[in-house]
Amino acid sequence: MSLGPITKVTGRAVPVPGDDIDTDRIIPARFLKCVVFDALGGQLFYDERFDADGKSIGHPIDKEQYVGASIIVSDDNFGCGSSREHAPQAIKRAGFNAVIAGSFAEIFFGNCTTLGIVCATADKATRSAIMKAVEANPKAEMTIDVDRKVVKFDGKEYAVDIKPNSRKAFLEGSYDSLAGLLDGLDAVKAFEKTLQYSFK
Amino acid sequence: MGKSLFQKVWDAHAVRVLPNGQTQLFIGMHLIHEVTSPQAFAMLRELNIKVAFPERTFATVDHIIPTEGTDRKRPLADPMAEEMYSAIEKNTKEHGITFFNPETERQGVVHIVGPEQGVTQPGTTIACGDSHTATHGAFGAIAFGIGTSQVRDVLATQTMSIAPFKVRKVEVTGKLKPGVYAKDVILYIISKLGVNGGLGYAYEFCGDVIKDMSMEGRMTVCNMAIEGGARVGYINPDEKTYEYLKGKPYAPKDWDKAVAYWNSMKSDADAVYDDVVTFKGEDIEPMVTWGITPEHAIGISQAIPAVSNEVMQEALEYTGFAAGEKMDGKKVDVVFIGSCTNGRIEDFREAAKYAKGRKVAAGVRALAVPGSYGVKKQAEVEGLDKIFVEAGFEWREPGCSMCLAMNPDKLIGREISASTSNRNFKGRQGSSTGRTLLVSPVMAVAAAVTGTITDARKVFEIGG
Ligand code: SF4
Repeated sequence: MSLGPITKVTGRAVPVPGDDIDTDRIIPARFLKCVVFDALGGQLFYDERFDADGKSIGHPIDKEQYVGASIIVSDDNFGCGSSREHAPQAIKRAGFNAVIAGSFAEIFFGNCTTLGIVCATADKATRSAIMKAVEANPKAEMTIDVDRKVVKFDGKEYAVDIKPNSRKAFLEGSYDSLAGLLDGLDAVKAFEKTLQYSFK
Repeated sequence: MGKSLFQKVWDAHAVRVLPNGQTQLFIGMHLIHEVTSPQAFAMLRELNIKVAFPERTFATVDHIIPTEGTDRKRPLADPMAEEMYSAIEKNTKEHGITFFNPETERQGVVHIVGPEQGVTQPGTTIACGDSHTATHGAFGAIAFGIGTSQVRDVLATQTMSIAPFKVRKVEVTGKLKPGVYAKDVILYIISKLGVNGGLGYAYEFCGDVIKDMSMEGRMTVCNMAIEGGARVGYINPDEKTYEYLKGKPYAPKDWDKAVAYWNSMKSDADAVYDDVVTFKGEDIEPMVTWGITPEHAIGISQAIPAVSNEVMQEALEYTGFAAGEKMDGKKVDVVFIGSCTNGRIEDFREAAKYAKGRKVAAGVRALAVPGSYGVKKQAEVEGLDKIFVEAGFEWREPGCSMCLAMNPDKLIGREISASTSNRNFKGRQGSSTGRTLLVSPVMAVAAAVTGTITDARKVFEIGG
């Protein structure tokens, strides 16, 4: 499981403004009935993108100038709600590799990190400035420098934050936790014997 | 300096510090259901890894299972639902994991089944690929929701990589007024601390109001910790906790040893907390939500507050209500009693007490969906099912049902539902324009019989 370090994310960005964009909006519950995650990309933000007849209602990610973007810029408490990994999976499978927001719900944040989606936080002024810049020049490429914690866009730099643990994991390429956990499996087996309870 | 239960349990389960700085935490008990586990098993299969401790994982099927008896025949009519059901059957069999399925009559909503089977115990760490896992914290366990990749990690190693939480003591002092329930308490707390208030925190609920609550009530409170942003919510175990567990199928055989361990895990009197907040039980009245997050909750006598942020604006645009209006008197189309928040025996007892001899108002569709077989059987022994049916409720088989509408139970169009579940997000109950008003079971019965949101204390003359 060597997925390689992530030192930066480069791609076009799309502003998806609004606080509390919850996991039911990211991926409506009726799309959760899948035993593999493959189809989720097309269902990202479904109810906010399409009307009852499946016609686009002009969600930012469907706007001509943003199609093909790989970085979402949003506001506070992004990804709140359910623990379902379907939400970050949908984001990833729709082609997004990073989200810049005011804050992230915790479970969502952890799920994103494991999948290698960079979640960066920025204060309101910075977010608005980034969104404005992207709107003014939607075809320009953005770079999130994970090491330096800056967003570079259109000749400007914006300071963002990336939680130390996840930043470290991205830089080391250790964001998918399983390899490290499996490493210590013998120690875990010994540890289990010290626990005060079992269900056997 | 003393330690909180959180710190003690964490320390007792910390295997080591991982290179990424997080703790490798041992998960003493792992619960899985059909929606968030199949992908994890698929990942294991790809890597050719076996489940490390199959006796520490328990499975059930709850989210997609129809709750209409005749619809439960296999194969299920919805092919995707059937695929998920078959997947969990196959995966549990292949890996030697106990599956509480309908045939064993132990099936139900995962957070109701755990306590009922006695696998939810004090002093343990519990994880489940479901955000309402904190429910188990009512027993003094450190329990939290995890994502599918972490389900994979726990299956493969019984451990996961996680950073510790801060601990906030949330104290509710005094006594509740008649007609005010655990559901009102937690909605009140969330309305005060906000949906983000608990980010990064474990909530330790305490105080006389919590102490006086039944185990069912405590589970209702812990269940919704996540709706206030706290991934963990717990309550120190006491005699009530032990009484509840006694005689349950998986209760420890060496009881005295277990009790000694449980007692040793309680928060010390001089435990240090990162934060402390206090509420007065007397200040709480029956609550109802008006918006699109559980923070949008007000007392039944109160009016929807003036808009002070964009989410409130968005909420009112969605629900069609207006600032300054009361929820008292709002018409409802559907009433749902059930879910892991309020689908336990005590909820149905209390609801039946007031549904008895009354009729569901014309035009209202009312569902009573027991949270598990255990709840259903007990309710039927007590004749509660008959009371509901006579009143005009549908009495269903156990499952999540209209809590998130992954099965056939759904709102239609802009319908308004008075629901005892835990989430009023946009589209939560199966219609992208449907509206969910969160209430206690007794408020739900009042809504069913009057056809409107109204103060149950007045309708049923509670507390004189
Ligand atoms: S009852 Fe609702 S909240 Fe609880 S586990 Fe089922 S879907 Fe989730």
